[in-house]
Amino acid sequence: MRILVLATHDQNRLLADNARIIGAAKKLGGEIDMLVVGHNVRDVAKNASKLEGVNKILLLDDKLFSRPFAQLITPLLVQLADNYSHIITSSNSVGRNIFPRLAAKLDLMPITDVIKIHSINCFDRPIYAGNAIETVKNEQAKTILTIRASEFEKVGQEKEGEGEGEGEGKIENIKIPKLAINTSFIEEYRTKSDSPDLTTASIVVAGGRAIGSKENFALVKKLAKKLNAAIGATRAAVDLGYAPNDWQIGQTGKVIAPKLYIAIGISGALQHIAGISGAKKIVAINDDIDAPMVKIADYSLIGDLNEILPDLISRLKQK
Amino acid sequence: MKILVALKRVVDHNVRIRVKEDGSGVETENVRHSMNPFCKHAVEAAVQIKEQNKAKEIIAISIGPIEAKDVLLNALAMGCDRAILLKTEKEQKIEPLAVAKLLKIIVQQEKPDLVFLGKQAIDDDANQTGQMLAGLLDWPQGTFSSKIELEENRVNVTREVDFGRAKISMPIPAVITADLRLNVPRKTALPMIIKAKKKPINIMEAKDFNVDLQNRLIVERISEPPKREGGKILNNVQELANIINELEAEK
Ligand SMILES: Cc1cc2nc3c(=O)[nH]c(=O)nc-3n(C[C@H](O)[C@H](O)[C@H](O)COP(=O)(O)OP(=O)(O)OC[C@H]3O[C@@H](n4cnc5c(N)ncnc54)[C@H](O)[C@@H]3O)c2cc1C
Repeated sequence: MRILVLATHDQNRLLADNARIIGAAKKLGGEIDMLVVGHNVRDVAKNASKLEGVNKILLLDDKLFSRPFAQLITPLLVQLADNYSHIITSSNSVGRNIFPRLAAKLDLMPITDVIKIHSINCFDRPIYAGNAIETVKNEQAKTILTIRASEFEKVGQEKEGEGEGEGEGKIENIKIPKLAINTSFIEEYRTKSDSPDLTTASIVVAGGRAIGSKENFALVKKLAKKLNAAIGATRAAVDLGYAPNDWQIGQTGKVIAPKLYIAIGISGALQHIAGISGAKKIVAINDDIDAPMVKIADYSLIGDLNEILPDLISRLKQK
Repeated sequence: MKILVALKRVVDHNVRIRVKEDGSGVETENVRHSMNPFCKHAVEAAVQIKEQNKAKEIIAISIGPIEAKDVLLNALAMGCDRAILLKTEKEQKIEPLAVAKLLKIIVQQEKPDLVFLGKQAIDDDANQTGQMLAGLLDWPQGTFSSKIELEENRVNVTREVDFGRAKISMPIPAVITADLRLNVPRKTALPMIIKAKKKPINIMEAKDFNVDLQNRLIVERISEPPKREGGKILNNVQELANIINELEAEK
């Protein structure tokens, strides 16, 4: 059994997901190699090599790969596939984009968004916005998985000095035959924020339609800052322009698993709940005691968020 | 320009689904079905392109039971010109890989310039078919799109990604999958549906296409997720602050 993990990164940093994907890979058992592909990503590879349980890093550092286009990374993975029984990655927006294409190229059905590993070939994945769980068995020649990172424990870092040259010795440069691409990158819009990453944060504060305006969302941000929490939103709040799209939590947004989730003016539609089932504790602020969110929250305060929020912020201890 | 839009008939998004007690699946008998919401955005995007006189023909295609004719009719009412149904047996589940293979055959026959699909279906939540089709065709893919702009022989797609949005430019032909912020799909009133009944729906059997429709994955069981119990109603903001401080300190 050999596992290849496609590392996901933003060309500068290894995403927090990866430590959890390695955690999932370790559950499968077997030797774990990691592929780091990008441009000027030597440091990313170094950091990846420090993850506990990684056997070696395959590094492809080439200008061609300065964006993770599926059309380029797929043929690369196809070429490496022979050596591996399992090829896995995070079901983040990079993994979701590439892996189904990869699977089709290998004439395999992938298993996407895995939330539980029963054995080397049996997995759970959510269907119907998480209202049902499907347990599937794979008897195909290979296993292609995308993993919901928030459902798995992260591995630690190997202690310094262990392994040659702080992991450097584990890095193996790979070569590829000529690939070309006709798709080009035009521009990107990155949400600037100094708050923690939503999918891996231990506290998340989110606002819904009831926040009422982009300006009023500052209250949510203020509360988040006080708690050193990540900020989330509902689809309604994003569609109305109160919050950027990458803050959306739910079936079509991000899936979170914090120890504490604070839902402010959020009704709790099933598509939103789909993204928060991993939260340990839920606190709701809502003016409707019958809102679905209040029905599932561990603690709720019923009332007008416009009165509650400023008061709450002033009563909380600064972290 | 010719656009093929692939769409799926699913349990309506407002239905609270019920998991069968024997673990064999989700109750779909006598449950309201409709067009997968993401596919609706794909149809709307194609129709808008036609309305701007940038496309000549839009073909809607679905793979599913005979009842999928209803969602195709809906697509025709929204403005598609004709429809194709690759009919499957009632209750027959076809995996994304087989769907992509069937779609590839239709693409080779119809030779569209663009293929639009929903980014995922709200029943299996797989988020696979578009990427698979693009792979099988060796076409570029623009997934999770929130904006589509046509240029000469190229198409620009703004994609919703984890860090925000990214805009790419692809040569045509290409596969594009729709996210919910792509547009606001039009509602179809009864007169539009009646008019759409005059448009052709070509029905063929999925099994006649020489594609292996056997499922690759074995579904062992479908179960209910753990239930969350509602908790305590707090009395005032100070109680709320205390609880938050407490939970925050917990490991
Ligand atoms: C295919 C599909 C996918 C979807 N994906 C997602 C997704 O990923 N994420 C997502 O979030 N949604 C998603 N949705 C949308 C979802 O169905 C809901 O429409 C949305 O979550 C509602 O957002 P909301 O709770 O902010 O708004 P509402 O449902 O309008 O709720 C507002 C809440 O605020 C309360 N309120 C009002 N005023 C106040 C006040 N002054 N003080 C306190 N409380 C107040 C109300 O009682 C209500 O409970 C999806 C829908 C579809 C069809």
